[in-house]
Amino acid sequence: MSQSQPAGNTLNLLYFAWLRERIGTGEESLSPPSEVTTVAALIDWLVARGPGYQAAFANRRTVRCAVNQDFAAPETAIAPGDEIAFFPPVTGG
Amino acid sequence: MATIRIQSEDFDVAAECAVLTRNQAAIGGIGCFIGTVRGFSKSREIRSMTLEHYPTMTERAMAAIAATAEARWQLLGCTLIHRIGTLLPGDNIVLVLAASAHRQAALDATGFLIDWLKTRAPFWKKELFSDGAEAWIEANTEDDNAAARWSQ
Repeated sequence: MSQSQPAGNTLNLLYFAWLRERIGTGEESLSPPSEVTTVAALIDWLVARGPGYQAAFANRRTVRCAVNQDFAAPETAIAPGDEIAFFPPVTGG
Repeated sequence: MATIRIQSEDFDVAAECAVLTRNQAAIGGIGCFIGTVRGFSKSREIRSMTLEHYPTMTERAMAAIAATAEARWQLLGCTLIHRIGTLLPGDNIVLVLAASAHRQAALDATGFLIDWLKTRAPFWKKELFSDGAEAWIEANTEDDNAAARWSQ
């Protein structure tokens, strides 16, 4: 990773199902700039990282998010150290 | 009070009912739902289904769903078991048991538990078809509507 932010700014990102397949990994630690303070801003920042992310977030209405294992909305605040997961609408049961 | 498990191995419905009713003389009925793998999806033959989940969130979400049911109905115990990994047509996927003194609470709680499990617990299913193609199952509005009826 080429980010210059200190390690304390790190987010633990998880991807499931077809988001994992499109991004090419199920888990990564990234340090976005400090102005990335919401889920929506994080998605904007991820999409700029490359085509895998663009494909994963091409239709944001089909992407769900959890922050620290609780369902989250685009405007949900995020903070360094958070575990942020992106996944499709759930299909268990 | 709820029994919640996520496991790759099959479950034994009779054994789980026995655990639920042990030393619980007040139980008058158990509602039961067993979800199984269909052999066809829109007339396409299925070879297998693979279930993925978000481990740390899944148990938490299932516990929250069970707690909601226990707050809403007079339950004397409930069991939620969800399998993960690769399953074949006919295999069990999920078990929901809800025990109560009377049938209405047991049956209603069972319906609520599976409806909310399908829309709020982080599991995802991928189907492998007999022709070798594979596809993630998409969430459908019927499931959303079924879950929403409990909000009224």
